[in-house]
Amino acid sequence: MQESILEYRAKYFLWVALGLCAIAILAYALHEPAQPRNGGTATGYVLGTISALLILWLTAFGVRKRKYKSNLGKVEGWLSAHVYLGASLLVIATLHTGFQFGWNVHTLAYFLMVAVILSGFYGVYAYLRYPSMVTRNRDGMTREQMLDELTDLDRRCKRVAAKLSADIQGLISSAINRTEVGGSVLAQLRGRDDSSVVLPGAAGGKAVSNQNQSAAILWLVDQQSRSQNPEEATLLQELSDMLGAKQAVLNKLRNDIRLHARLQIWLYLHIPLTFALIAALIAHIISVFLYW
Amino acid sequence: MGEKFKVAVIGSGPGGMSAAAHAAESKLSHILLESTDKHSNTIQRYQKGKHVMAEPNILPLRSPLGFEAGSREAILDAWEQGLKQKNVNIRYGDEVVGISGETPDFEITLKSGDSVQAEFVVMGIGVQGNPRRLGVPGEDLPYVQYQLDDPDEYRRETIVVIGAGDAAIENALALSTHNTVIIVNRRDEFARAKEGNLNLIMDAIESGRIQCFYKSSPARVEEAKVKVAGDTTISLDLRSEEAKPAVIVLNTEAGEARIPCNRVIARLGAIPPRKFVESCGIEFPNELPTSLPQLSSQYESNVKGLYIVGALGGYPLIKQAMNQGYEVIEYLQGNPVEPADNPLLEDKLSVIPGFQEVSRTLTEMQETIPVFSSANALVFRELMLDSTVHAPAPGEIIFKKNDYTNTFFTLFRGSAEIELGDVNTYRIAIQEGQFFGEMGLLSGRRRSATAIAGQNCVLIETPRRTMIKLINSNESVKRVIDEQFIVRTIQTTFAPDASVDELRELAREVAIRNFNTGEVLFEEGDEADTLHLIRSGSVAVSRRLGGREVVLSYVASGNYVGEMGLVGNTRRMATVKATVPTETISLTKDVFNALLEHNPQLKNKVQSTVRERLEQNARMEAQPASGDIITFLMQQGLGEATDVLLIDSSLCVGCDNCEKACAETHDGTSRLDREAGPTFATVHVPTSCRHCENPHCMKDCPPDAIRRAPNGEVFIQDNCIGCGNCERNCPYDVIQMAIKPDPKPPLWQWLLFGSGPGPGKAMVPKDVDQSAKKAVKCDMCKDLDGGPACVRACPTGAAIRISPEQFVDLVHRY
Repeated sequence: MQESILEYRAKYFLWVALGLCAIAILAYALHEPAQPRNGGTATGYVLGTISALLILWLTAFGVRKRKYKSNLGKVEGWLSAHVYLGASLLVIATLHTGFQFGWNVHTLAYFLMVAVILSGFYGVYAYLRYPSMVTRNRDGMTREQMLDELTDLDRRCKRVAAKLSADIQGLISSAINRTEVGGSVLAQLRGRDDSSVVLPGAAGGKAVSNQNQSAAILWLVDQQSRSQNPEEATLLQELSDMLGAKQAVLNKLRNDIRLHARLQIWLYLHIPLTFALIAALIAHIISVFLYW
Repeated sequence: MGEKFKVAVIGSGPGGMSAAAHAAESKLSHILLESTDKHSNTIQRYQKGKHVMAEPNILPLRSPLGFEAGSREAILDAWEQGLKQKNVNIRYGDEVVGISGETPDFEITLKSGDSVQAEFVVMGIGVQGNPRRLGVPGEDLPYVQYQLDDPDEYRRETIVVIGAGDAAIENALALSTHNTVIIVNRRDEFARAKEGNLNLIMDAIESGRIQCFYKSSPARVEEAKVKVAGDTTISLDLRSEEAKPAVIVLNTEAGEARIPCNRVIARLGAIPPRKFVESCGIEFPNELPTSLPQLSSQYESNVKGLYIVGALGGYPLIKQAMNQGYEVIEYLQGNPVEPADNPLLEDKLSVIPGFQEVSRTLTEMQETIPVFSSANALVFRELMLDSTVHAPAPGEIIFKKNDYTNTFFTLFRGSAEIELGDVNTYRIAIQEGQFFGEMGLLSGRRRSATAIAGQNCVLIETPRRTMIKLINSNESVKRVIDEQFIVRTIQTTFAPDASVDELRELAREVAIRNFNTGEVLFEEGDEADTLHLIRSGSVAVSRRLGGREVVLSYVASGNYVGEMGLVGNTRRMATVKATVPTETISLTKDVFNALLEHNPQLKNKVQSTVRERLEQNARMEAQPASGDIITFLMQQGLGEATDVLLIDSSLCVGCDNCEKACAETHDGTSRLDREAGPTFATVHVPTSCRHCENPHCMKDCPPDAIRRAPNGEVFIQDNCIGCGNCERNCPYDVIQMAIKPDPKPPLWQWLLFGSGPGPGKAMVPKDVDQSAKKAVKCDMCKDLDGGPACVRACPTGAAIRISPEQFVDLVHRY
């Protein structure tokens, strides 16, 4: 087991962040300004400058991550610092506000920052929780292998079905065509099985849910139980076995997609919100100096 | 009686053609004999448009035929024209089956029954050999072929592929896209195939895309005939879609099977040419399959008047072979031309103070250096072409202890010293003519000592591959080096104070033993009588605990096992197995006791090793699951690794930043595949180079472009000719063939304007010859200051690079 980003260098950056917070809190508590506590006091300006610089530095992580030839520390170290120092902003920037909030660009910048940090917290949680679940679920298979296996099972199903009646061929191709994997962001995150199938003889060709391929399997089993022809029964058995195997792979694949979606979804918030934050931050700084 | 020529050239490869063309322009009566119907068969078989390189660049070309780097077609065209222009007398399609006599009366027998007389014979038949034929009636029918150039040439045919090796499988798979393919396997499994191919073929057979006849062999191939009324037999109408022109009859377990087909492709490997060469009276120095005939400095074999050029003579590169072809024609006319490589040698030797002339210096070198004196002049010249000559200043460090370099040094002039020992260092002197560096050469592990130049020092540094070639072809060189190796190993490990002479005495009692993967060195409960010093490879130590075998530790080369038995216990406490092919130096109890007499402290030293081992065993026994991880790592072939990339899959978020970092720092091609490779518990072994102790990729590199850097990185130099041998020889699939991409716009332009393909992706070159691919592999970022980019770029700390010595520590953390 290697060190996680939280454990990196015996939590070095945690202590740095805590130190930074402690200094900020002390400064806030000890400095008694003539005016009410806000970003406009001397302490306020210092805390604000520190926060703004921190935000820019935290954003620079995206650049460092892609500077592959850089010798400026390991990316793991940067991420560890990114997490702890980013979290410390919750204290430093809040003290900078002096707890004055309102419907203005200043408060907008603050809440965007909080949103970025919270999405980051989720990211840390996801990075520590999901990777082992992904490994366990994959059980040595890559996603490509799962897809290959599905294609292979589909092809084998069609080949067996070709020896059987048109009804069964229709059922199999409908079950294959209406198998749903992945889809929209929400569908990926939920990982629910929305597959459906048109059963032979269904009124108006209406599809029914084929969750876990069970509608199709049940129909085949029913046919098998009534079959008089031993050869046909064997083929039907083979088909329902293959659909069962397919379901196992589908489950694994859906789980994989679901876990990966959860592992990555936060980045789609974290990064756009960061850019929004920087825009709001610029507006905040310019307006402060304009009204000085 | 056939015609009589001055010179008969056998084999129309680059060497043979060049010889024949030069004979033609020298107005010698000559004949060039080629068994197939085209010249340069090996190069004809390259894929279409393949870029052929012209290494070594510094070597000038000396041949009436032109040759420069370019596409296969351009090169073949140039040769074709050259052959016509020079009016070369070629006889195609008739194989030479025997050569008898010697100069000036050679008799060459051909397969057709004809014979040819010649005064001199030049043999340039290469080392690939002829494809093994079916060996059944019908093997020569036009429907039977022994190679496949372009699988897309055939469509909607029924094709029977014979063979179970990688070539057969790859052909069958490629053909199965557009054809009905049947593969015939003599055995009941595909045991010889690479794992990737095995999976693909099993999948294809299971899914019915390819039909397989197991335990079957061809009985005969026939032209298809059909019975019609009236008892007359006529050939089928070939214009009909359904008609199959041939029938192959198979002997299967269930009896004979007749398969109508369009063609039969037999991929049964090649017959090495050695047997034929020996039948001509040419001698080989030993039984090793890699050994080559001994030649004089004028390429003449032990048969007078019979010359050998090209790969069979030890010159695998096209340009070298062409030069030899030219030179050989000069030699047999009695013209002592200087070899084309003379200026190269002159350049190398010019660092020697007082250097005057190449051949004199070479002779002097052979006289001074005993280990080279038994090699013939040509072999030595070739060795010197690969070697470097140094004249270091006194006190200069030649190599450092713990460097990973594996070159071999001989002292031509002056003196040098070897510094041994860890804390209390001491030096031994190396005399003129002696050698050093054999430890790194043979074991593939770190240098065990530091070498320092003395007064007037002139050294020859010979690359590993060249030295191994010499060792394999020369018994006495091998013996001398092995003995020295044993003496120095014992000296450094057990008896630093003993004199070399005493040790040499002991060395005679010591055996070098070889163990294959999985072979047992000794078993738990055996009587303990020997100690094994692992010279190359590695072993796993295990014990039976609660009815199952638990791996307790892994011992890398350079260490010893079996010491417990010699210092006390007489029964083996554990079983020791080789994890990869392993060589050990085994010391019997008597030898060991003799060493103890020399060095009373040795007992304490060994006992402290025993204590450490026992402690470690106890720790491992408490955590049997750790043993399973070691077993898993060994199964991945990591027993021969020196540095391996492992990924903790409980931390890996799959961002592929490691691959992007690799591609970004290495010409756009990632040399690692993160997702591929097996996982056990949470240890994932991605497909990535492990920098083996004795790298498989180095085995057969024609321009010797694969080298080992001082820190152990196995890397490929720019003189790679793109032949793909290393890609095929690597059992771990970590070498790829790639082209150099165009330069990319800087990162900020991508961030702001989205220009370029973005981080981790390469600019696809537009007008680059796609076939000009060279081999690429992990070089452990040896040219980057911060070390491996993959590890530095991992945001979560999941990726680490470790050496096998750290495995045991690693598994304790799980």
